[in-house]
Amino acid sequence: MYTKDGESYFIVDAHIALWDARPENQRNIHGKQFIDCFYDYHRNLSPESEVWSYEDYLYQGGERLMEDIFTDGYVDHAIFQPAYLSEFYKTGFGQSEEAHALTQANPGKLTYNHNFDPRNGEQGLEQLHADAERFGLKGVKLYTAEWHGQSRGWKLDDPWAYRYFEACRELGITNIHVHKGPTIRPLDRDAFDVADIDHVASDFTDLNFIVEHVGLPRLEDFCWIATQEPNVYGGLAVAMPFIHTRPKYFAQIMGELMYWIGEDRILFSSDYAIWTPRWLIEKFVDFQIPQELAEYAPLTTDQKKKVLGLNAAKLYDIDVPAELRLPDADETATGPRQPESADLGVDRGADLASV
Amino acid sequence: MTATLTPPDLLAQAAYDALAVVLDPELDEPITDLGFVRSLVVDGTEVVAHLRLPTSFCSPSFAYLMASDAKDVLVALPWAERVVVELDDHHDSDQINAGLAADAGYKGTFLHEAEHDLEELRATFRRKAHTAAMERCLTRLLRAQPDRPVEDLGSVRLRDLPADEPATQALLRRRAALGLPEHDGAPVLVDHEGTVPPPEQVPMALRRARSTRISIDGNAHFCRGLLRTRYPGSESGQTHRADGAEAADAAYDPTFVPLSSLTRPAGRSTARVPEEIQP
Repeated sequence: MYTKDGESYFIVDAHIALWDARPENQRNIHGKQFIDCFYDYHRNLSPESEVWSYEDYLYQGGERLMEDIFTDGYVDHAIFQPAYLSEFYKTGFGQSEEAHALTQANPGKLTYNHNFDPRNGEQGLEQLHADAERFGLKGVKLYTAEWHGQSRGWKLDDPWAYRYFEACRELGITNIHVHKGPTIRPLDRDAFDVADIDHVASDFTDLNFIVEHVGLPRLEDFCWIATQEPNVYGGLAVAMPFIHTRPKYFAQIMGELMYWIGEDRILFSSDYAIWTPRWLIEKFVDFQIPQELAEYAPLTTDQKKKVLGLNAAKLYDIDVPAELRLPDADETATGPRQPESADLGVDRGADLASV
Repeated sequence: MTATLTPPDLLAQAAYDALAVVLDPELDEPITDLGFVRSLVVDGTEVVAHLRLPTSFCSPSFAYLMASDAKDVLVALPWAERVVVELDDHHDSDQINAGLAADAGYKGTFLHEAEHDLEELRATFRRKAHTAAMERCLTRLLRAQPDRPVEDLGSVRLRDLPADEPATQALLRRRAALGLPEHDGAPVLVDHEGTVPPPEQVPMALRRARSTRISIDGNAHFCRGLLRTRYPGSESGQTHRADGAEAADAAYDPTFVPLSSLTRPAGRSTARVPEEIQP
């Protein structure tokens, strides 16, 4: 819970990880390249006071995770979204056993989502059934750029993926978190193409598809698909930290999301341990769309409350104190949420210099 | 850049200038503006260029396009007899560099992962670049003419845009790349085939175009920033990008005065109150 100016915010961090990228767990050079890429994201977008040493970044462990997320980070509930990356790391990148044990040891605080790879065929399907039972899965994290032998990526509308989604339906796994790209297959097409989300969301209307990083670097394609599919959500992992170094860009992302998918389908995430939640939450509560961005309406306190926790709580049936709940917005299920405000520039007295 | 670039080494300068036609298709900018040319050395008639990217996991298709385009323009220099282009520190560096050295082409480089070619990928991003340039011009026009309704934007012609503005020039270049008409009576708000949306769809077309512009500007600055983080000092190889610039850019670009410092600061609708102090 975070309280500021008399307002209380119920916080759900919808994308966290407990990873092990230490050299002894790296299978090859790609394991180093991958964590170095994350570390550069971390160094590039964090406030100076929040930058970790490289050694700290390689592995955190459960104790530090609990401290960063819950003790220091205001978070009421957090959801593990583990990436497997078995071609890069010996025991995988996300540490399933450790994360699951932590979830068991802290009832009510953590949700463990697992992953699957449709290229594992029948055997993988059996494993998914076993995992659903063992972990009590409500959600899965899918990384379509996962390398797998000769294949370096898959699509959500591959025939085998459909078999897995049918299984999710049977098993009550309703929240499908998708991290796009850079997917190498097919190489001819845009590696971050999100068109497969459109197909699968139309064919599985009873599943929720949460697109992580709100489709970045293809925000525009994501918004266009998500506005047409009432079961597509936007996860703010990686988008959040722009609030510090590039607040105007962050305002534009939020403005676009509010216009295309509305306040009930946007989910806060720190993407821990790439970033820590505390500073992101503090800055988001203080945040406002700059006046120079005349095309967007200001964010309201209720909208911030929904983004920071209430929207994710609904997807995962997380109990929210009655006084903190909010009703859904009276908005269209598809299409732009504010069609009358296609451009607010005139009303808000913008100046040319800001464009 | 290496010392070989400075005059009197005119050949090295010519080779570097030639690389300015190589674009990052996704960011719609020359690799020489982005700082992606790590080094360029000319020794007699031999040219050796090393490229670098913001992360090891940048899309290999874009990486290959930039590296192979770079090799093509260097090979085209009349005096160059031997050209080596290498991509450094990428997860596919070995594969791409071997393909470039053997002139194996796209399919010969990526084998089973390549289906046909990368022309459709290039076309997709040429269209996005046009969409973004178009939105910049139209939003400027809206801000300059506050009485003009958004729905009316379909009637704007090229002649209605200020001819001497860089944004207009940029739009004309993007239109030329798509083969769209450049005469001054041509409509501005068009898709890649030159079709104007019906009036009731104009506001949504503008908003879609805006999301494209935001995306490209955001990516361009994030990629530049990641390159600076990954390769300290690489800012010296980057030119200032005005589109999408923010206050933080002043930290590494002393010539840059953020526009927001000339206007009002953020935080309009609610007064800032000090952090609540619990008794």
